[in-house]
Amino acid sequence: MRKLTLALAAFAVGATASTGPAMAQNEQFLPSLVYRTGPYAPNGIPFANGVADYWTLINERDGGINGVKIVFEECETGYATDKGVECYERLKGKGPTGAGYFSPLSTGITFALTEKVPGDKIPLLTMGYGRSESRNGAVFPWNFVAVGSYWTAADVAIQHIAKEFGGFDKLKDKKISLVYHDSPYGKEPIAALEARAKLHGFTFKGIPVTHPGVEQKSQWLSIRQDRPDYVLLWGWGVMNSTAIKEAAAVGYPRDKVMGVWWSGAEPDVTPAGDQSTGYKALMLQHGAGKAKVHADLEKHVIGKGKSPTKDDFAQVLYNRGLLNSMLGVEAIRTAMKKYGNKPMTGEQIRWGFENLNLTADRIKELGFEGMVSPIKLSCEDHQGADVARVQQWDGKNWKVISEYYTADRKILDPMVKDAAAKYAAEKKITPRDCSKES
Amino acid sequence: MFYRETGQFKTSYAADMAIFPIRQDRIALWAVLAFAFIGVPLLASFQVWPFGGEYMLRAILIPFLILSLAAIGLNILTGYCGQLSLGSGAFMAIGAYSAYKFSTGVHIPLEIFSISIPPLPMLPSILLGALMSCLVGILFGIPSLRIKGLYLAVATLAAQFFFDWVFSRVKWFTNYTPSGSVAAPELNFFGFVVNSPVERYLLCLVFVTLFALMAKNLVRGSIGRQWMAIRDMDIAAELMGIRPLYAKLTAFAVSSFVMGVAGALWAFVYLGAWEPLAFNIDRSFQILFMVIIGGLGSILGSFLGAAFILILPILLDQVPQALGVPLTVETVSHLVFIVTGALICWLLIVEPHGFARLWSTAKEKLRLWPYPY
Repeated sequence: MRKLTLALAAFAVGATASTGPAMAQNEQFLPSLVYRTGPYAPNGIPFANGVADYWTLINERDGGINGVKIVFEECETGYATDKGVECYERLKGKGPTGAGYFSPLSTGITFALTEKVPGDKIPLLTMGYGRSESRNGAVFPWNFVAVGSYWTAADVAIQHIAKEFGGFDKLKDKKISLVYHDSPYGKEPIAALEARAKLHGFTFKGIPVTHPGVEQKSQWLSIRQDRPDYVLLWGWGVMNSTAIKEAAAVGYPRDKVMGVWWSGAEPDVTPAGDQSTGYKALMLQHGAGKAKVHADLEKHVIGKGKSPTKDDFAQVLYNRGLLNSMLGVEAIRTAMKKYGNKPMTGEQIRWGFENLNLTADRIKELGFEGMVSPIKLSCEDHQGADVARVQQWDGKNWKVISEYYTADRKILDPMVKDAAAKYAAEKKITPRDCSKES
Repeated sequence: MFYRETGQFKTSYAADMAIFPIRQDRIALWAVLAFAFIGVPLLASFQVWPFGGEYMLRAILIPFLILSLAAIGLNILTGYCGQLSLGSGAFMAIGAYSAYKFSTGVHIPLEIFSISIPPLPMLPSILLGALMSCLVGILFGIPSLRIKGLYLAVATLAAQFFFDWVFSRVKWFTNYTPSGSVAAPELNFFGFVVNSPVERYLLCLVFVTLFALMAKNLVRGSIGRQWMAIRDMDIAAELMGIRPLYAKLTAFAVSSFVMGVAGALWAFVYLGAWEPLAFNIDRSFQILFMVIIGGLGSILGSFLGAAFILILPILLDQVPQALGVPLTVETVSHLVFIVTGALICWLLIVEPHGFARLWSTAKEKLRLWPYPY
């Protein structure tokens, strides 16, 4: 009898808890797909902290977005696509208006969710990753590859290499290799690099590394035989630091290795110690370091003990997390201008993204000065920016070593158009007419 | 072995040879099928907890059904025929990619060998994809005539890595997409587009029911008994006149066909867009664990094992939050690993034959309380 009573009591507790605390109606629910465990955790944690801290800051400092409190929930994906889909299904319906927008921080999960978001009407903010052709908002109404795509990154990387060699004509007969994560993430830039290779006459070679990337001996031995003039690195998680260590082991100069912006953060270089000195990486506009917003974070979030953030504060990926949340929050704010100060639905937030216009003044006001240049999204253009810089690790800090490069849209735009048209044909999508959107 | 339970006397051969000879089993099966086919869609459309929303169908039931199907496939091979395989992921991948190719049109532009097949409808694509998987399964089953046990596992591991490599390197299979990730075409069955979660669920359910019944039927017939004879002692089986070549290769064929269907469903219905990583070695292990935990040589065990390996971690993951315990996601996910791992160890110590055995003991106890024979 006692056992039965206990079981009943436990059931009752479970039942009341599962119905949950009554959801206040004036709350905006924002989901967060994170990975704080597994081989990609060193990079996933700072980003997730940045995302969460900015939302907490908005609640603590401003009392929410125009008075609408942000409620958020994390779901651990471990960077696995099937787990990411499960998390998406778990979180998409929560809150009074459903999930606001998703940022999966994984190209594989982005591909899977791209098939699901049109049905659920939830925008997908993939800042600096995901499908490069989703810049085309007419075919991909729900994807926002804001600030930069992999094709942008590849183009800027070649521009920087050309500058180091003394001009595009010097690229002729040079060898450039790409060491990439063998997944959609790593394969995305290949098309853009091949286009540039044809244009300038350099030899391009792709060298895949199997997930998770802790085993790269043979790849770097082939680089030693091949002696390419430059090596590009498209890695993530432990793969990056392993690549730097292997480069050192085969004696390949680190200042001839350049990573994408996902291979250019502190967790990528610190495990390799002094061997990382000289290694370069692209910047998704911003770098490490503090802006005005960090002072507010220290005062309202970190100082009050409302965050798990420790050493990663103001690091590269933490800052990227902040930026990701800032774009999302500003999109919601834009949507509120049209639809009123209440929780927004995914559809309304999409309108907010498409009409997002961050001017230099607004960026300064938000405390992000120097981290991002003005950006304007529209129905046709879901990317909004084509610029990136290059930074170099000096053993202790990332140093910015270049001016802003602008990716050549004359090369990339036809590629976006073709790839999007192919996708539309395969999925039988009729592209929207952007001139009719308000 | 076949032990028939006493207590229910049959008066005809047909009754004695029925798939489910025990009356309670038949009633339970009809009840489960009725609930799955009618109850779940009804509950979902009336938004009854926990079937309301799409989460239950999309994130739990659909993957559960598909992985159960894959587990049935592996169970035929490993559980009934005793051929250890680590290539499940590869066979699923072949099913998925072949179905993708058939549904988007096959063009082999060789001078001497030029084939051009227009895009096929969905059902033939899935079945032809499974047939491809079946053919490759037979091919990789040939070594099983010479090598056994763990050595065969290594040979099937070769299939796993080979097809991982093929589908990420040979761009023809992915229709030359720049990223190597492909998106499933529209799920159009005879003009009816399967889209909503309930429709997708029913689609998977139909496939799973058909193949589970087929498997259940096969294993009690002549061919299933041949498989089991080979499993229990191959030399003795050969002496009794069972041809190992035929028995082993049919097991590989049926098993990889079923896994091919599961792979196509996993890619088309559950993921929607996929990359070779969706069918990597982890998937093979996951399905092998389902079969071992569920019970080798049991169709029901495949379902129980899939439920344990797939659903339990998802539920555990949500327990702290549902109870209002403030734990960070990383603590929760570590706890899930610890609890699931401990449960697996405990189960394999208490009942090495898996859930299916636990269930059959329970069934006997219920029918002949309290002493089963």
